[in-house]
Amino acid sequence: MEAYISLFVKAVFIENLALSFFLGMCTFIAVSKKISTAMGLGVAVMVVQAITVPANNLVYHTLLKENALSWLGITGVDLSFLALLSCIGMIAALVQILEMILDKFFPALYSALGIFLPLITVNCAILGGSLFMIERDYNFGESVTYGVGSGLGWALAITVMAGVREKLKYSDIPAGLQGLGITFITAGLMSLGFMAFSGIQL
Amino acid sequence: MSAVLNSETKKVLVEPLVSNNPITLQVLGICSALAVTSQMTTSLIMALALTLVTAFSSAAISAIRNHIPSSIRIIVQMTIIASLVIVVDQILKAFAYDVSKQLSVFVGLIITNCIVMGRAEGYAMKNPPLESFMDGIGNGLGYSLILVIVAFFRETLGSGKLLGIEVFKLTKDGGWYDPNGLMLLPPSAFFIIGLIIWGVRQWKPEQSEKVEFKIMSIAHGEGGHH
Repeated sequence: MEAYISLFVKAVFIENLALSFFLGMCTFIAVSKKISTAMGLGVAVMVVQAITVPANNLVYHTLLKENALSWLGITGVDLSFLALLSCIGMIAALVQILEMILDKFFPALYSALGIFLPLITVNCAILGGSLFMIERDYNFGESVTYGVGSGLGWALAITVMAGVREKLKYSDIPAGLQGLGITFITAGLMSLGFMAFSGIQL
Repeated sequence: MSAVLNSETKKVLVEPLVSNNPITLQVLGICSALAVTSQMTTSLIMALALTLVTAFSSAAISAIRNHIPSSIRIIVQMTIIASLVIVVDQILKAFAYDVSKQLSVFVGLIITNCIVMGRAEGYAMKNPPLESFMDGIGNGLGYSLILVIVAFFRETLGSGKLLGIEVFKLTKDGGWYDPNGLMLLPPSAFFIIGLIIWGVRQWKPEQSEKVEFKIMSIAHGEGGHH
């Protein structure tokens, strides 16, 4: 149990996907102008991350890993080079299914999250989460924890960023630095803040 | 050769370098630009990999663009891109294993790099293969340019080396240069890209964004109403 808690805290703060691995930066910069939209996207990323990382974990361990097909009586087959293709396919398919389910059963949630869902397929935070899961060889329980934790960390980062940017509107910024430039520098300062967690040993 | 390098080809090759740079203006593909730039070697390999993937995927998608049903085009594009990335990944693992370990998941993340998807969707779906190939190369070079600039500052200032060769002698080896540890940490990449954007926009003011809120000076009696 303790190991799961420490993995969770690590995924949220110490190895924050957005601020220490720079994943999902394109959307992080583009959609962080308002707190409400940023939060909506953050929740959507968290939900998708919590579903796709464990799903990819199952596929990887039952089909792709070296000797994973032994339950079919086939040994000595290593399909792990297909992991990239299967991960992205899985993510695209799950996002599509999630979109249909939300549309059918939770129309209110769908209208709030709907526009963000297609964006999420190409969000590198989602694919990155699955690839980290494979690289670090998490088991199923760990992959659930990691999926929820890393999604929450990303959501937290983009919400905080949007909060800072809303205040930033009222400051006097040099013309060339308006918009994108100052956003990068703000993200740098935030990332510096998150580095404070990196000394924590769990 | 002159037929190949006509004005359209030249335009798609040169324009993404500064005036329509994928990173500083279109805000695409930032993730890897930040993550792999603490060393020049990894940045160069990443830049090369991305340029090749963009060029070949654009060419391939453009070649079959009239046969892709528009409802499943994203999946088709992704499959092509993912297959090319797998090839690159396997080649790196075979011939440059150390670098591939350092790049870790970022080679795989070329799949979701917005530059590749963006060029496939925005250019290759409407233009013939050769131009799309050139457009891919051009955008790849624009991306490489920023990567190399960032990596140059981060590696020289952060560890006194360039491509692993010593340029500044460090104080711990009896030299004069005290390395700036911040340059090796992630935040420095944000600062450097922010400053590059500032520089480019000072040089080409038409790229600046509209000011959302104008700060009025009260001292001159102009008031601060929006």
